[in-house]
Amino acid sequence: MDSPRAGVPAERIALVDLLDRLLAGGVVVSGEITLSVADVDLVTISLRALLASVSSLDESYADAERAIP
Amino acid sequence: MTGNSGLWAYAITEPGGGDALTKHGGGHLSRLTGVAGATVRTVAAGGFTVLVSDVDLAEFGEVALRRNLENLTWLEEVARAHHHVIDAASGLFPLLPTRLATVYSSHAAMAAALARRQEELRAALRRVGGRVEWGVKAYLAPQQDARDTEQPAGGQVGGETAPGEGGAGLAYLKRRRAQLNAGERSARAALAGARAVHEELSGRAAQARLHPPQSPQLSGNQMPMLLNTAYLLDASASDGFASAVAAAATAHPELRLELTGPWPPYSFAGED
Repeated sequence: MDSPRAGVPAERIALVDLLDRLLAGGVVVSGEITLSVADVDLVTISLRALLASVSSLDESYADAERAIP
Repeated sequence: MTGNSGLWAYAITEPGGGDALTKHGGGHLSRLTGVAGATVRTVAAGGFTVLVSDVDLAEFGEVALRRNLENLTWLEEVARAHHHVIDAASGLFPLLPTRLATVYSSHAAMAAALARRQEELRAALRRVGGRVEWGVKAYLAPQQDARDTEQPAGGQVGGETAPGEGGAGLAYLKRRRAQLNAGERSARAALAGARAVHEELSGRAAQARLHPPQSPQLSGNQMPMLLNTAYLLDASASDGFASAVAAAATAHPELRLELTGPWPPYSFAGED
């Protein structure tokens, strides 16, 4: 189904932009299954997945945090 | 519901929000497929209407989820499916997106979790529902380094020592130091520019949020990303915002700006 709003077509959205939002955004309403996964752990786990494909993410995040107040 | 099946939540909306859509909207939602190709439906739970689909707990239970989230291919597929549903629905009614991988073992568990935080969720829904998110990324502009290294090489460094003094090695070191200084200056100027742009755009937004800048490997851009932000806006303010970003790009040649959106209000659904 197409989005009724004008925007970037779904397949053109960069995964990294999407994950920025999906891993750090969205409201966390923990169920008994997601209790430990939905919160901080998910971000850690998924960043590790990204790290497996690109090596210097950690470094870059650290640099970025220093660069932006 | 069998013991092997769980509920994947996409978004929360006011009671009846999604229901009205299913009835009057010609079954928009019945054609919507979500995570793992499952059909999306609306259910009443904890004082809200929730967009959900069934998931197999062998793949989406806690243990399997931990393992699968480490698989980037799996993660991408699930992330895109989750987004597809929320993006489609958010254009039709106000909603609060749920965090990726919010899975409940049963309807009762979901209802209890939502009911416990009803006030807070309702407030968040009022704050972001019907609004859109725009993303702005600022990179250091590529030409900046080259342009700036030319100009201070003579003046600043030449002043310290008379021309002709020292050998080629010394001259090289001076030139190199001037380049490094100039690079640092232009990076600092670009950071100041990025901060100014963020301030200006924040003033137009209901809320703003900083995401960590992406590494060049992830962004696909060789230049360093200085700013990775999200802005919450009324949908009607989108055109004006895009114009403001275009104006900022013109006013700040030291930066390359990228606009993404409109997104569902992901970055503003949480409590922060």
